[in-house]
Amino acid sequence: MVVNEGDGQEEAALTPDGQAGAPSYALTLSGDWTMERLGELALQIPDDAARAGARVVLDGSGIGRLDTAGGWVIERARRQAVAAGTQVELRHFSPMAASLLGVLAELAQSDLPPPPPAGAWTRRALVEIGKGAAILLDDGYAVLVMMGETVSALLAVLFGRRRMRWPALFSHINRTAIQAVPIIALMSFLIGMIIAQQGGFYLHTYGADVLVVDLVGVLTCREIGVLLTAIMVAGRSGSAFTAEIGSMKMREEIDAMQVLGLTPVDVLVLPRLMALALALPILTLVSDLAAVAGSWVIGVFYIGIPTDVFLTRLHAALTLTHVMIGFTKAPFMAAIIGLVACVEGMKVKGSAESLGEHTTASVVKAIFMVVVTDGVFAIAFATLGI
Amino acid sequence: MSAPVATNSEGRGEREAVISVRGLTVGFSDKLILENLDLDVWRGEILGIVGGSGTGKSVLLRTIIGLNAKQGGMVKLFGRDFHGAGASERVRLGRRLGVLFQQGALFSSLTVLQNVAVPLREHLHLPEHQAEEFARLKVEMAGLPSDACGKYPSELSGGMIKRAALARALALDPDVVFLDEPTAGLDPIGAAEFDRLTLKLRDTLGLTVFMVTHDLDSLVEITDRIAVLGNRKVLVDGTFAELKKVDHPWVNAYFNGPRAEHLILR
Repeated sequence: MVVNEGDGQEEAALTPDGQAGAPSYALTLSGDWTMERLGELALQIPDDAARAGARVVLDGSGIGRLDTAGGWVIERARRQAVAAGTQVELRHFSPMAASLLGVLAELAQSDLPPPPPAGAWTRRALVEIGKGAAILLDDGYAVLVMMGETVSALLAVLFGRRRMRWPALFSHINRTAIQAVPIIALMSFLIGMIIAQQGGFYLHTYGADVLVVDLVGVLTCREIGVLLTAIMVAGRSGSAFTAEIGSMKMREEIDAMQVLGLTPVDVLVLPRLMALALALPILTLVSDLAAVAGSWVIGVFYIGIPTDVFLTRLHAALTLTHVMIGFTKAPFMAAIIGLVACVEGMKVKGSAESLGEHTTASVVKAIFMVVVTDGVFAIAFATLGI
Repeated sequence: MSAPVATNSEGRGEREAVISVRGLTVGFSDKLILENLDLDVWRGEILGIVGGSGTGKSVLLRTIIGLNAKQGGMVKLFGRDFHGAGASERVRLGRRLGVLFQQGALFSSLTVLQNVAVPLREHLHLPEHQAEEFARLKVEMAGLPSDACGKYPSELSGGMIKRAALARALALDPDVVFLDEPTAGLDPIGAAEFDRLTLKLRDTLGLTVFMVTHDLDSLVEITDRIAVLGNRKVLVDGTFAELKKVDHPWVNAYFNGPRAEHLILR
């Protein structure tokens, strides 16, 4: 029966020809059988016609337009009837419709393979944890491999066996160090002001306002300066490195390099890592100075410490050791950010989603590792009594 | 393989122009690529567009489908002004177009089946399983095995990418498909299969095909008409046999050159 309700022009004719043994039915299809009207389209060969041995004639003379969706509705009904043992004959379809139905008859013969069963949630959770652990190990391994390759590349360059890519190095220094100065200076200046203001507020209750200088000086130069810089650089340059290397990987540029006899580590990783190793100490210095400047502004205008007192106090509190502790950490931070960024870039697969995923992972992992490393250094220096 | 359905020389009166371009002018930063270009695409034909590099074949294609802005002229799709139409009208007309981009332009984070299902989901409010069922039909119509459905574009070969992209272009049963160098980068067997597929789809779905190509075999085998771009307009159009006789240095070099010599015209 053609059911094409909601439109008066569709009608169905079911004519049992009444031959004994092999009854024959005719169904006339009419109207437009197109995708737009899919909701209204239905073709079901009636139960008594869909008996084994019966014969059903589908008459397509009344069909206006027929597209793949409409054709599929007809083909599905035909398959059902054929499966029930009915003979189905298509009659009076236009040549194009007949050819479309012929094409559709060959399609989708078997079911698509079902998605793998999900399993119990406990099992899934264990599988996820296991996968996570395996990925963690793989990551650690990949970072170690990258570190080894970079060090060997660096040694080869130092001994003159391989070429240093100077233009790449300078361009990366420009992008990671020089262009980052304004934002790092501004951010550190503000953080210096905030620490001074908050510290000053509480120290005032003890009448120890002037110790704000000790607080800000030591805190920024030992910890905050290098930490802020590393976090900023991880977000600014680490993400850029991952995205650059990742999109090169996506477009097979890295494979092309290998074939052309260029070592990707020499060309891509070494200049970036060296640029970072230079950038981080410089930016740390910028950050330290800006933070102290910020605290000076608060000291003079908010707390009321005169400039000469501020400078004398700073000179007494801030020894070279404090500053050097900050600087000691910078190259380690640079290595972490650079290695994680390059490793994540190399892991990018073919899709845009994968690029986004690894860029995110690069920044998150780098920041996490930077903070952990800073903590390890703090404990180590405390143990050594520095 | 195909008898030309219609040549440009006769019987223009009763044919319906699904695309009609009049006085089209397109340029980028004061350099004109196309100037005052006229072109008609008739319903049911396979039109080949050829021209030297930089003559604006892809620009013409992109302008017709509304991806490039035009400086002047008019593009009519199915008798309506496409560029001047309102947003909803453009979406409605755009649904009747399918585009196969040169690199496939499949969404890399979706499987083949999901790629083909995107337009179905977006434009028809189909239940999930039905969208996937139709998508699967299209995938198979484009000549891909059904086990390719679950693969990601990065796992496909060049020929399979073209077929998957064709399946997505055909998802909404468009009236016109635009093919941008469909056989570029395919081996001769794959290219011939793609030609046959184009013909078969034209005959079963009643498609009109607008094909930018440099594949002489495709031009001979499946096009009904070829338009040659040059000097910022359509230099000449006609069947392959007709164009072989045209007296123009570039057209002559193209259709009678060493690579065209041994093609057998049927």
